[in-house]
Amino acid sequence: MIRTALVTGLLGAALNVAAQAPHSFDPIAEVLQHPRCLNCHTFTEYPTQSRKMVDPISGEVSYLRFRHAQQVIRGEKGFGAPTLQCGACHQDENVADGKVPGAPHWHLAPLSMGWEGLNRGELCETLKDTDKNGGRDLAALVKHMEEDALVLWGWTPGGDRDTPPYAHADFIDLLKLWVAAGAPCPTN
Amino acid sequence: MTTPAPRETFALSVNGRVEQTDVSPDKPLLWVLRDELDLKGSKYGCGRALCGACTVHVDGQPTRACVTPVKAVAGKSVTTIEALSETELGARVQRAWTSLNVPQCGYCQSGQIMAVVALLKAIPAPTDPQIDEALSGNICRCGMYPRIRKAVHELAAGGFA
Ligand code: FES
Ligand code: FES
Repeated sequence: MIRTALVTGLLGAALNVAAQAPHSFDPIAEVLQHPRCLNCHTFTEYPTQSRKMVDPISGEVSYLRFRHAQQVIRGEKGFGAPTLQCGACHQDENVADGKVPGAPHWHLAPLSMGWEGLNRGELCETLKDTDKNGGRDLAALVKHMEEDALVLWGWTPGGDRDTPPYAHADFIDLLKLWVAAGAPCPTN
Repeated sequence: MTTPAPRETFALSVNGRVEQTDVSPDKPLLWVLRDELDLKGSKYGCGRALCGACTVHVDGQPTRACVTPVKAVAGKSVTTIEALSETELGARVQRAWTSLNVPQCGYCQSGQIMAVVALLKAIPAPTDPQIDEALSGNICRCGMYPRIRKAVHELAAGGFA
């Protein structure tokens, strides 16, 4: 019984590793699934905030994401309620002590670009889908990731906020490599 | 502790008047209004965009003055609670607030009123969810939310003209 469970566990793990074989999209998925991105790439009618949690034994880092304070909403165009816009609090730059983050045109990504809970294959297909991503072809996607003020904010988030894995320049290099390889998507 | 940027002269449009100020560009608008221009109606509650007590209008949009650097409003039009009664809607809101005894301690109320005036301009007859969405960032420790909602509905129905 114990042996069966162990074998099943090992087999499952091996299958899992095979299923999760490294892919050129992986580092991109790692970045896009970071709370700096996910908090505004939601499937909900509101943005989220997050709290970093570090396991005291293993040191493993995880993030608890929860509804944004003040119960703010997405609104029609992702900029909040008509008279409680994201920009009421989020200015063009982080406040001096970093407590309130800010960047130009602070808003949520459209619902079509919700990324919460997607596996890496779904995330990859969503990212490339011009019906969902605002009509961006691959070159436009790279440019967006390279230059957009809100994307760049992810690497200068202020306060004690974590940045996504990989430096921004490295992320762009990895993105370009993936595009040069034909932007393949993993199957899961 | 960060060193403030050197002072600069700003021509600010506040309540329809152009005011010259000589301040650090990063100084929060709230402190320019209160300390430099002696407009004390906008309140300091949290200083972190959490409570709404400092709400002013910037080009008509409710904005948290405590986290808005003064440089961000150069060339824009700022309205504070002090000027609200000069508009018909502002005067009506003021009458509603006194008639219905909306405030208790009153500390949050200039922010609430600024938010309500903007709401009624944008949505003249808001539903309860629209009221909640517009005012959810304005915290009232005294819990005057039912009175605020009542006042908004009575104003939407044309009351306090
Ligand atoms: S004092 Fe500005 S939001 Fe609280
Ligand atoms: S009336 Fe006291 S905090 Fe709102």
